[in-house]
Amino acid sequence: MIPQIILLSVLIFIMAKMMPGDALSGLIDPNIDPATIEAKREQMGLNDPWYQQYGRWVDDLLHGDLGQSFRYKMPVTELISQRLMNTLWLSLATLIFTYIIAIPLGIISGRYNDSLADQAITGYTYLGFATPLFIFALVMLWLFGFHFGWFPTGGSVAPGMEPGSFAYVLSKINHLLLPAISMSLIATVGTVQYLRNEIIDTKQKDFIHTARAKGAPETRVYNKHIFRNSLLPIAAFFGYEITMLIGGTVFVETIFSFPGMGQLFLESITMRDYSVVTSLVLLFGIASILGALLSDIILSLVDPRIRIK
Amino acid sequence: MTEELLKVQHLKTSFRIKDDYYAAVDDVTLTLNKNEVLAIVGESGCGKSALAFSIMGLHTKAKIEGNILYKDQDLANMSLAKLNKLRGKDLGMIFQDPLTALNPLMEVGEQIGEVLMLHNKNMSKTKRVEKVIELLNKVGIPRAAHTFSQFPHELSGGMRQRVVIAMAIANDPEVLVADEPTTALDATIQSQILDLIKELKDGSQAGIILITHDLGVVAEMADRVAVMYAGQIVEIADVHTLFDHPLHPYTRSLLNSIPNAEREGEKLHVIQGIVPALQKLPRKGCRFSARIPWIDASEHEENPELHEVAPGHFVRCTCYKNFHFPDESKEAAHHGIS
Ligand SMILES: Nc1ncnc2c1ncn2[C@@H]1O[C@H](COP(=O)(O)OP(=O)(O)OP(=O)(O)O)[C@@H](O)[C@H]1O
Ligand code: SF4
Ligand SMILES: [Mg+2]
Repeated sequence: MIPQIILLSVLIFIMAKMMPGDALSGLIDPNIDPATIEAKREQMGLNDPWYQQYGRWVDDLLHGDLGQSFRYKMPVTELISQRLMNTLWLSLATLIFTYIIAIPLGIISGRYNDSLADQAITGYTYLGFATPLFIFALVMLWLFGFHFGWFPTGGSVAPGMEPGSFAYVLSKINHLLLPAISMSLIATVGTVQYLRNEIIDTKQKDFIHTARAKGAPETRVYNKHIFRNSLLPIAAFFGYEITMLIGGTVFVETIFSFPGMGQLFLESITMRDYSVVTSLVLLFGIASILGALLSDIILSLVDPRIRIK
Repeated sequence: MTEELLKVQHLKTSFRIKDDYYAAVDDVTLTLNKNEVLAIVGESGCGKSALAFSIMGLHTKAKIEGNILYKDQDLANMSLAKLNKLRGKDLGMIFQDPLTALNPLMEVGEQIGEVLMLHNKNMSKTKRVEKVIELLNKVGIPRAAHTFSQFPHELSGGMRQRVVIAMAIANDPEVLVADEPTTALDATIQSQILDLIKELKDGSQAGIILITHDLGVVAEMADRVAVMYAGQIVEIADVHTLFDHPLHPYTRSLLNSIPNAEREGEKLHVIQGIVPALQKLPRKGCRFSARIPWIDASEHEENPELHEVAPGHFVRCTCYKNFHFPDESKEAAHHGIS
């Protein structure tokens, strides 16, 4: 995992260096003498060899210094930390909805495969795969936000709330619901199909025959033997789920004007606020790596065949 | 003296492939007596497992016709709830592949305990653990208390098969169906497992259906033998008769195909070809005719039935009378086998 993060940081550093302009090009008055700019460059170390620059960059990173956002005129660290929690809550809510939808649907679909219910659920998963998230999110926003007015249409909390108060928390949740539901309705289809296939697969395993030969009734065969064995690979799927979430938040936060990291990311790209973009890419990368690690840890906890070394 | 335990009558088990049903077990009739080992032999794909699964009611999608009578109850036409009272209690099953027959996420002791719990609702937990350990000892697992809390992947194939056996015999079943219990194991472990099954039978007087394709196992274990080919029983007799006076050409070719030291170097009479796939099986006439082309078509029986040629000795087809193995030279000329 450590080598992965180092590789990631090098890649991002290279990416940052390849972007047009540098920390000075945006700041400086075009009337200033180019020689002065050059002197300033020299002074800031921008003409040093790349590995020295990389070393300084990593050093700053470790001290929590991600540079300055030229657009917001504030440290990137501060800018991101304002939004980090919003995105975390949105992701958590999406994950919860994803599993609330996926587990019962996957179980019904897998247990009664080829039934009418299964066909309906499979139809939904195909639709989900085919529908682009940003279009679906727009439709949801229009329908339940504007048309019916059931949900707020933007922001992460209603203005003028006392932070920490009960009403504040409720308003936060209320703002989370529609984006989280929209995202999970699309994101869940992969998990539904995965679970369905796992159950169909486990159903015909030999140890299921063993359970039936013992005289175990069907409910017990399913609850004790089939589901336990098919839910397990879902844990392995978790890391992938986190990667999907990151992609999802970028679109959903933008569409719902939800002040999170995904929205910030897209905004910073359009505004060419590169120090923010590189910092976010780094964070997203680390989140994906942590997600994979988390999958491994969960798997080793629930599967006796895998032990943490 | 002989007490009938299980009577299978005209059993036909068909699987649905595309839109048609194809019988993998086709009109099988046999009887299992108390305190006997009935071996069922036949090559891969002839329907041995399909027969065993039918007896245990383990096919979830197959069409089952005919009767399987156990103590005047018909297992083939019984509610699942009723069947579940018999499975694991009166009927035990040992599976072909011990590596996959155990739940990978459950402790071995818990898996054996499950079958006790299902049929003895009043047994206390401590009593159950005691009984599981007793069973583990009985099937020859060293350090039973330690093995109790191990997971299947921590055990060798032979040990896992012992666990499967412990599960099958936990409630002293009257009928034990063993589907190639040693095929997946290596030779030394094989004989240990067979000895164990024999010991258990002598202790319990159960009737055992032993499925195998190993004639050595048959000679060692069986009281009676049924030879199966393409879903049908082609010959059934007690083990001595079958080995000494085999009548059906298929049985004879099977017997001829056992390699042994004396005949080493000699040509083996392996009948050419394999069991046809279910869809391709001829449903009329003798299923075997395609594989013994050296017999003239006029000599085949049109729809061979099981004939009782001597008490307890049944053969499907009576044209064995005209049957003879060709000379080695002639056979070789026919098939080019060596
Ligand atoms: N569930 C099923 N659906 C369709 N066909 C099946 C099914 N189970 C078995 N068959 C077919 O029925 C035939 C008999 O299979 P079976 O497993 O009983 O053979 P077997 O004698 O036990 O062979 P082996 O020695 O390899 O275990 C085969 O042609 C097999 O492909
Ligand atoms: S009927 Fe013909 S093909 Fe069938 S077993 Fe008898 S001799 Fe062989
Ligand atoms: Mg088999």
